Amino acid sequence: MDQTLKEKIEGLIGSKKIFLFMKGTPEAPMCGFSAGVTNVLRSLGADYGSFNVLSDQTVREGIKEFANWPTIPQLYIEGEFIGGHDIVVELAKTGELQKKLGLPV
Amino acid sequence: MTIEEIRNKIRSGLPGSEVEILDPYKDGVHIKAVVRYSGFQGKSMVEQHRMVYDTLREELKEEVHALALETKVS
Repeated sequence: MDQTLKEKIEGLIGSKKIFLFMKGTPEAPMCGFSAGVTNVLRSLGADYGSFNVLSDQTVREGIKEFANWPTIPQLYIEGEFIGGHDIVVELAKTGELQKKLGLPV
Repeated sequence: MTIEEIRNKIRSGLPGSEVEILDPYKDGVHIKAVVRYSGFQGKSMVEQHRMVYDTLREELKEEVHALALETKVS
């Protein structure tokens, strides 16, 4: 993948401990799965950065290759790819997400 | 791409798996696949989902945007 794009994506992921690539913004998600992940993060009171992939087609496509993951949203914690909507919801249910975030279960 | 085709794709990519497709809105778009597969043993959830996605690589580019996934070790 293009080096500039890779660096841009890595820069975004590294900009916050918790980072979410999503469709739309946390205030106005543009897809049900993106909304679902922001709901989970909000319910945990997590402070996170986000990027709206609808605003940048190169990131929207690049992120799929970067993570070897075909769908958006994508959640990262301390640079590690955690998963998409279904995994985030499942991890929150089991308390593993809270553990990764250093929050009480 | 019908639900039946999606099921067949997953099953042929993960031989021996059990695939249940749920279509809660009856729109053929917002579907959920529940996949039980012995090959998930010892894999993380991300790896299990990737294995399913790999069977649908072409389809996921456009058509089945809203595929929810649940994987279980069978």
